[in-house]
Amino acid sequence: MATETKSFTCVQCPMGCPLTVTLEDGVVKGVTGNTCPRGAKYGAAEATHPERVVTSLVGVVGDHHPVSVKTAGPVPKETVDAVLDQISATEVRLPVHIGDVVVRDVAGTGVDVVCTKSRER
Amino acid sequence: MGVRNLSCDVLVVGGGAAGLSAANAAADKGAKVLIVEREGELGGILNQCIHNGFGLHRFGEELTGPEFANKDEVKVEANPSIEVELGCSVLELAHDGDRLRATVSSEALGLAHVSCGAIVLACGCRERTRGQINIAGGRPAGVYTAGSAQKLINVDGALVGKRVVILGSGDIGLIMARRMTWEGAKVLMVCELASEPGGLRRNIQQCLVDNDIPLYLSRTVTQVFGHDRLEAVELADVDPATMRPIPGTEQRVECDTLLLSVGLIPENELAKTIGIKIDRATSGPAVDESLETSVPGIFVAGNELHVHDLADYVSEEGEVAGRNAAEFALGERKAGTADIEVVKGENVGGMTPQHVTGSAEGVTIRFRPRKRIQGAEIRVTSAGELVKRARRMIVVPSEMQTIELSADDMAKVTGPIEVSCTPVANGKKGA
Repeated sequence: MATETKSFTCVQCPMGCPLTVTLEDGVVKGVTGNTCPRGAKYGAAEATHPERVVTSLVGVVGDHHPVSVKTAGPVPKETVDAVLDQISATEVRLPVHIGDVVVRDVAGTGVDVVCTKSRER
Repeated sequence: MGVRNLSCDVLVVGGGAAGLSAANAAADKGAKVLIVEREGELGGILNQCIHNGFGLHRFGEELTGPEFANKDEVKVEANPSIEVELGCSVLELAHDGDRLRATVSSEALGLAHVSCGAIVLACGCRERTRGQINIAGGRPAGVYTAGSAQKLINVDGALVGKRVVILGSGDIGLIMARRMTWEGAKVLMVCELASEPGGLRRNIQQCLVDNDIPLYLSRTVTQVFGHDRLEAVELADVDPATMRPIPGTEQRVECDTLLLSVGLIPENELAKTIGIKIDRATSGPAVDESLETSVPGIFVAGNELHVHDLADYVSEEGEVAGRNAAEFALGERKAGTADIEVVKGENVGGMTPQHVTGSAEGVTIRFRPRKRIQGAEIRVTSAGELVKRARRMIVVPSEMQTIELSADDMAKVTGPIEVSCTPVANGKKGA
C-alpha cells in the first residue's frame, strides 16, 4: 500500500491554511491543517484531480479585436496548455453571442469553449 | 453654432459596474436616466477583465468580467427610461438654479449641456503610474501599467511584450502574470515592495504558482535601461523597516516589458469641478449613508468612492446611489437632518460613509483593515456604548470589510460612531 502526502496553501479564503493531504493508493485518507470544511474539500480535490477554468481569447476573421472565451466548466489542470493551444488556433466570424460554442470538446476534456462576449461587428 | 441642451432626472457618469446598476435602480424608481460613457461601449473596466471569478455574491455563479457586465447591460438596453450616450465625456459639473448641469462633449453631440435633477458619479479609478513611484532611467517603450497592458491584450489584441517583469503583487499584477504567460510571453518574476503579497491568495496560487512564476517580496525596481525599447531593469532588495532599497543588492534583469501594478486611486477630477469634498483616507468623496456627497443631489458609487476588491459590491453600491439619486430628483427623498460623524478606530483605514444623516433606514459601513488579524472582532460603538459587533476568522488589508447597522442598531446611536477592528480578546476564533 503506497502512502503519500501532498501539501498546499488553501485558497478558499484569506486565512491561507497550510493543508496536508494524506493519500493511500491515490485515495484521500485525510486532510489536516484546515480550519473549515471548505478547506478539506479543496485539499482533497486539489490532491486528486486539480481543475481550472481557462479564460482566453480567439481571433476574429477580418478584425484585430479578439473575442474573449472560457471553458464552459473546469478542465483538468494538466490539460491547460493543450486547451490554450487549441483556443489560440481558433478564429471566429462575427456576429458572436455569449455562450456560443467556439470549440467542442476542447483537447479531449469533454468541455466546450464558449464566448464570454457578444459582438455584432 | 448653438450648444445643445439635454434633460433628464438622473445623469449617470460612467457605464461600468457601478453606473449600470445605478441606472437600472434609478429607472426602477421611475426616473428618466441618461448614462454618459467615455468609451465606445458599456461595461467599463469589466470589458478587459476576461478572467472569471465575478458575480459569486450577486448572481451565485462565477462569471467573467464581460459576462458580469452583460447582465446589467441587457437590462439597461431593454429599459425605455434609460438613454445611453457612448463616446461622450463629461467636462464640468455646475449648479443650475435648483438643478444641476453637466457640460458634455462627444462626436455625435458636439458640446452639450445636460440639465438634471441628480447625478451619480461612477467614474471608477485610475492606476498609479511610474511617475508616482520614482523609478530612475530614460523613457523607453515597454513600461506599462498593468491595466493598460490588460486592455491592449484583451480588448485590442496586441501582446505588449515577450520577456516580462511585473512590479506589484496586487490582483491586477497577478492576473496579468497569468494572462501574459497564457498568451505566450515569458513572465520572469513578480516583485513586491512590501513584505506581504498585495493580492488574494487564490490569485497567488492560480496565477503564479500554477505557472511557475516566482514572487519576490521586499524587492523593487530601481531603474530601467534602454533607449527606444526597454532592455533591462535593475532590481534591489528593500529594507522592510525603512521601505528603501538596500545598497549593494542591485541586480540587472534583461527584459523587454515592465508592468506596474502599484495601486489604484479613485478618479475624482470631475467631482472637484463642483467642489465635492474629498476624504483623505479613501481618496474618494466623503459621503453619508445614502452615498450622497457634500454637494446635495450628487451621489457616488464604486471605485470612484473607494477602491473595491469585488465587483459585486460595486454593483451593490451603484444600486444604493441610483435609488437615492432617483428619489432626490423626483422630490421623494427623506432629507437627513442629523450629522453624526463616523470615526476610524483601531486598525481601520479608509472607511465609508464618513458621516450619517438619518437619510436611510440602516447604514452599511465598509472599511479596509490596516493590518492582518487572525481572529478579529469588528466593534461599532457610539459614545462608549456598544452598537454592534461581529467576528471574522481573519481580516486582511486586501479585503474590504462590511458591517451593516439596522434601524434598531441605529436607535442605540447617541453620538459619533466609532468603528474598530481588533483581535478577539479571549483569543477564541469567531465564525
